[in-house]
Amino acid sequence: MNYHVDQRGYYGNFGGAYIPEMLYPNVEELRTNYLQIMGEESFQKEFNKLLKDYVGRPTPLYFANRLSQKYQCRIYLKREDLNHTGAHKVNNTIGQILMAKRLGKNRIIAETGAGQHGVATATVCALMGIDCVVYMGEIDIARQAPNVARMKMLGAEVRPATSGSRTLKDATNEAIRDWINNPVDTHYIIGSAIGPHPYPDMVTRFQSVISEEIKTQLQEQEGREYPDHVVACIGGGSNAAGTYYHFLDNKHVNIIAVEAAGKGIESGESAATSVLGKQGIIHGCKTLLMQTADGQITEPYSISAGLDYPGVGPMHAHLYETGRGEFISVTDDDAMKAGLELSKMEGIIPAIETAHAFNVFNQRPFEKDEVVVVNLSGRGDKDLNTYIDYFKL
Amino acid sequence: MNRINKKLEESKKLLSIYFTSGYPSKDDTKPIIKSLQENGVDMIEIGLPFSDPLADGPTIQESSVKALKLGMSTKVLFEQLKDIRSEVDIPLIIMGYFNPMLQFGVEAFCLKCKEVGIDGLIIPDLPPEIYNESYREIFEKYGLVNIFLITPQTPEERIRFIDNISNAFIYMVSSASVTGAKNSFGDQQEAYFKRIAAMNLKSPCIVGFGISNAATFQAATSHAKGAIIGSAFIKHLTNKGVEGIGEFIQSIR
Repeated sequence: MNYHVDQRGYYGNFGGAYIPEMLYPNVEELRTNYLQIMGEESFQKEFNKLLKDYVGRPTPLYFANRLSQKYQCRIYLKREDLNHTGAHKVNNTIGQILMAKRLGKNRIIAETGAGQHGVATATVCALMGIDCVVYMGEIDIARQAPNVARMKMLGAEVRPATSGSRTLKDATNEAIRDWINNPVDTHYIIGSAIGPHPYPDMVTRFQSVISEEIKTQLQEQEGREYPDHVVACIGGGSNAAGTYYHFLDNKHVNIIAVEAAGKGIESGESAATSVLGKQGIIHGCKTLLMQTADGQITEPYSISAGLDYPGVGPMHAHLYETGRGEFISVTDDDAMKAGLELSKMEGIIPAIETAHAFNVFNQRPFEKDEVVVVNLSGRGDKDLNTYIDYFKL
Repeated sequence: MNRINKKLEESKKLLSIYFTSGYPSKDDTKPIIKSLQENGVDMIEIGLPFSDPLADGPTIQESSVKALKLGMSTKVLFEQLKDIRSEVDIPLIIMGYFNPMLQFGVEAFCLKCKEVGIDGLIIPDLPPEIYNESYREIFEKYGLVNIFLITPQTPEERIRFIDNISNAFIYMVSSASVTGAKNSFGDQQEAYFKRIAAMNLKSPCIVGFGISNAATFQAATSHAKGAIIGSAFIKHLTNKGVEGIGEFIQSIR
């Protein structure tokens, strides 16, 4: 079984590029160039140097002693929260800004939900001195004020998406419309492993530094380069894609994906795409997505703004369909508890997205000597208000 | 012969009108079609509303949202069109995004189109390569023509490819934009219209996006077979309702 993208841009039944003709020249330019550009020595050198000196990589792989004792297995945390800007998102934006420069683009657009990808994009645009427009749902702008302010300080223009449900999916629509209107000078930095081919593969490759480091770090600490389980939370799925990448073909490694169940799978307020979704097309790719019987895309819900996307990246849809990935879903309440537990037991306040992944230890048993790597994809600063409201702190 | 191809053989410049089905009122679909034919329009594009219309500007987005709120769906559209062929003979095209068709079932969708008398489809997010590989046979089985888009950025070689696989007309997007974004044409468009005309394609071209009045209709059709008006028509419908259709069409030509 192949878990990587094929020549035509598909992961099994999922993927492809279902795009209007207006986007064809841009997407085609990217498709025909991305692998070659990423393979160039000068690109790799610049990318790796920025990841090291600017982002602060490699991020530690930390053995979580107290959690391990409690859950009776060997738990390691991949500390993506320690990256510059506080999450894994910047791995991808560094890669894509370098890609955009090599493609001769001088204007960047991006979509953002909670604002993490928007901040990571505004950051690299400031770094390179390139104009940046970030589309963000009007509702998200209201509830993520600190990140809006960050983007503005970094010199980006934040444009409200006022159409549809005025959240992430609509911000993505607006970014795509901007790209249609600016077909020559603009590069669209998609923040997740979604969108038309080659985006899912390109974003995954930029994020794959996560699993590449895990291999080396596990070798040092455990004497072998793979864990028994890798765990990541999934919205669109970029941190998960990077965490799984180098283990996809290793049968010894169990892949665990944690989706947001919101208020419960059956509640009508959920973002558990693998359970509630059906095959369809969203933002240019065929994947699993939440929709009505009539094929209208529905609005997901999760307490974490980063997980409430109605689809899931095509690679993950394939992992689900083939059974390669073990998908579980975690409610708002269980995620919040897991976030509090990680804070109290290891001194790390995680992003609420990330907190979902940590509830895995209450969802399924692990064997005593099993090595479990959890991607700690982001830090919780941005979520402090939600934590305050929830726990009445 | 398909009604679209027959229409394309006429010597005049064609006026095609797009409207979102189920807007302004859910049951306006049929009255709008009848009025458009009565007022001498040549072709009609019936918009199948979608929650996330990527290639559309605010006017069509808003009309789609409203239509969906009113209960429009693929099923409802086919019910509304059930006896349409006993009343009109104007070429009818359904324009919509691919996901609702995929969920309906592509073959079931095409069968329904044939049953109610639809002549062709425009599906902006179904690229020609995917159509050719996976859906062409089904469309042809039910006598449906598929219409592809080209833009000012489409490379010449690709235009030739699209021309080759087209069996009616090519939808020529006037400029790099979503629908309804511009309201006049400049030198760039003029040059683009001329460049395409000079390619002597086998398929006639009909220009869409940015056509809103007599002047833009005139400019677009001076080098092409016809033009499509969408957003401007919907705006007029919003203000004047179905009764105002005649006034709008007369203002165009």
